[in-house]
Amino acid sequence: MKMKGARILLECLKQEGVEVIFGFPGGAVIDIYHELPNYPIKHYLVRHEQAAVHAADGYSRATGKVGVVLVTSGPGATNTVTGIATAYMDSIPLVVFTGQVPRMLIGNDAFQEVDIVGITRPCTKHNYLVKDLSQLPRIIKEAFYIAKSGRPGPVLVDLPKDIMASVIKPEYPKSVHLRSYNPHYQPNLKQVKKALELILNAKRPLIFAGGGVIASSAHEELTWLARELKIPVTATLMGLGSFPGNDPLWLGMLGMHGTYVANMAVNHADVILAVGVRFDDRVTGRVDTFAPSAKIIHVDIDPTSIRKNVQVDIPIVADCKEALMTLKNELITIKKKKDISDNYESWRDKITAWNEAHPLTYVKSDEVIKPQFVIEKLYELTGGDAIITTEVGQNQMWAAQHFRYLRPRTLLSSGGLGTMGYGFPAAIGAQIAYPDKLVVDIAGDGSIQMNIQELATAVWYNLPVKIIILNNSYLGMVRQWQELFYNRNYSSTHLEYNPDFVKIAEAYGAEGYRATKPDEVEDVLKRALSSEKTCVVEMVIEKEENVYPMVPAGASLSEMLLV
Amino acid sequence: MRHTLSVLVEDEPGVLSRVAGLFSGRGFNIESLNVAPTLEKGTSLMTIVTEGDEQIIEQIIKQLRKLITVIKVVDMNTVRTVEREMILIKVNAQNSSRAEILRIVDIFRCKVVDVSIAEMTIEATGNTEKLSALISLLQKFGIKEIARTGIVAMKRSMQLI
Repeated sequence: MKMKGARILLECLKQEGVEVIFGFPGGAVIDIYHELPNYPIKHYLVRHEQAAVHAADGYSRATGKVGVVLVTSGPGATNTVTGIATAYMDSIPLVVFTGQVPRMLIGNDAFQEVDIVGITRPCTKHNYLVKDLSQLPRIIKEAFYIAKSGRPGPVLVDLPKDIMASVIKPEYPKSVHLRSYNPHYQPNLKQVKKALELILNAKRPLIFAGGGVIASSAHEELTWLARELKIPVTATLMGLGSFPGNDPLWLGMLGMHGTYVANMAVNHADVILAVGVRFDDRVTGRVDTFAPSAKIIHVDIDPTSIRKNVQVDIPIVADCKEALMTLKNELITIKKKKDISDNYESWRDKITAWNEAHPLTYVKSDEVIKPQFVIEKLYELTGGDAIITTEVGQNQMWAAQHFRYLRPRTLLSSGGLGTMGYGFPAAIGAQIAYPDKLVVDIAGDGSIQMNIQELATAVWYNLPVKIIILNNSYLGMVRQWQELFYNRNYSSTHLEYNPDFVKIAEAYGAEGYRATKPDEVEDVLKRALSSEKTCVVEMVIEKEENVYPMVPAGASLSEMLLV
Repeated sequence: MRHTLSVLVEDEPGVLSRVAGLFSGRGFNIESLNVAPTLEKGTSLMTIVTEGDEQIIEQIIKQLRKLITVIKVVDMNTVRTVEREMILIKVNAQNSSRAEILRIVDIFRCKVVDVSIAEMTIEATGNTEKLSALISLLQKFGIKEIARTGIVAMKRSMQLI
């Protein structure tokens, strides 16, 4: 049967199992929007295309499924770029469909024309311009396969308007054939054996988990291994939730705003098992002094991650789950032959001592609300049973430090790109994926204003997302750097004028709450958390509170500024 | 160290931009880049000369392999190769210097492919050292224009002796 291009596209999405699309219509995609209501795919209309991508990203991080976006050409397409780059840096699988001007106009500077394939080439895993309708089913199949396989990432498909309006008899491919793309999942057994031997002979081993553990659902294997051998665990921001945050072996996050104990453990470890990490500069600090006495085992599915920033002793290119399962099986085999004694007791004692010397803390107050106190209260009231999203800056670091993530996919945060304005639309995506779960965006007064228009989306779709604005009337993280390293020159970081966030919430039809004193925090949180509506909770916090510990940029992890 | 990379790619729009963008975006250096179709329909071969320490070359190769449209990457420094480049040189050739230029052309086994009253255009093929030597010898006559293909390289057949 002959079909219009727009319907072939939607048929393909149906075949890929797409249930949800985030988007915003426009001239170049009217044909698609015209057909959309006839398909069992729920479309969520956002108020800005950037938010569509972040929402699809949040949906993907919360579920592990591929997030799907549909926007128009030109400005619709360019507005997606920040969202795409965010997903690319954090390896989140998305397929973004952009409209394009008709083929005969491409290159003519037509109305709402932009070379989005050229623009997004460096921030997508791959992208396509569809030039022939007969190729569309193959391209869509490849796009989804590429997005979710190997190291996941965003894929963009550019759809010229005339192709969506023309008609052919489609042929759907059953499988994908890409001779130049074959992700490598199975680990090299020899390398795994070498790694295990190194760990078993270590005196001060440390497990260091990243986003790859969550992407490959390797958290159970990781947790098993750590508990079996009683090895302490730290994680990157992206890895929070890959190991239970209330386990005695848990050290907290490492890096620039990592805990004292995690950074000291890295500094003194003799073997580090790094799983699904990429040794980002926020994690390593000064790279030539990172883990000076450790032999490093690095498991990652992406060969380019290995030896990019640090030298590695045992590289294992594999899917994290496959690698950890192989490690587990090897360990079980060894255990059948001989007893493995616990050799790390004195190491753990040392770690306990570091933790007792400098636990994660802050100066408490009865007068003014401390942001850390708000996060602690939130954890206490939810018991950790919530999906937390964050914006970027101090709010993000306090949320990472003071909330305990017990399960994977419970912290959604822009780690690599550091995108302010990410958290709220991501929370919308997560809430759509899990209507019955509590979804909380921990925001700052600066970040929330970067996508505050999405209150309209949240209210319209009855999404009970909670936004907690830690309002210090500053772009707090930049102000903190200015205070510590730029002679307190608060250039352009004081938000002397902020809107009334409670009234904004009410104007959009959401509920607004405000707390200005510590003794109001619990009550306000309880009221918001029990509400079935979209809620904005403004916490007027200490203006010049800093995030500690802090490793100054370019310093070694051992050079921490403490409270 | 200089490395010559043979990169087999899918011959499709944008592939050159993907490869070139990878180099510029990550701060890698391209000394020369040559691209042309192979015998197999739908594929092209790029020969890229680049420079960097061992770790950078390793990253370049891995990053190239990561591109979906790249089929195969070979570091030609790890195998025995034949490397050649072609060059066109337009040189001042007045009456007095013609004979000497022709002698140099003869010695280097190049060809004169165009000539006028005042200039000669020379075509030469060789490896980098030979071409540099030719250029330096011709410089004293005044080189007006130069165009070069960049290096192409091929693995040598198994040697019997």
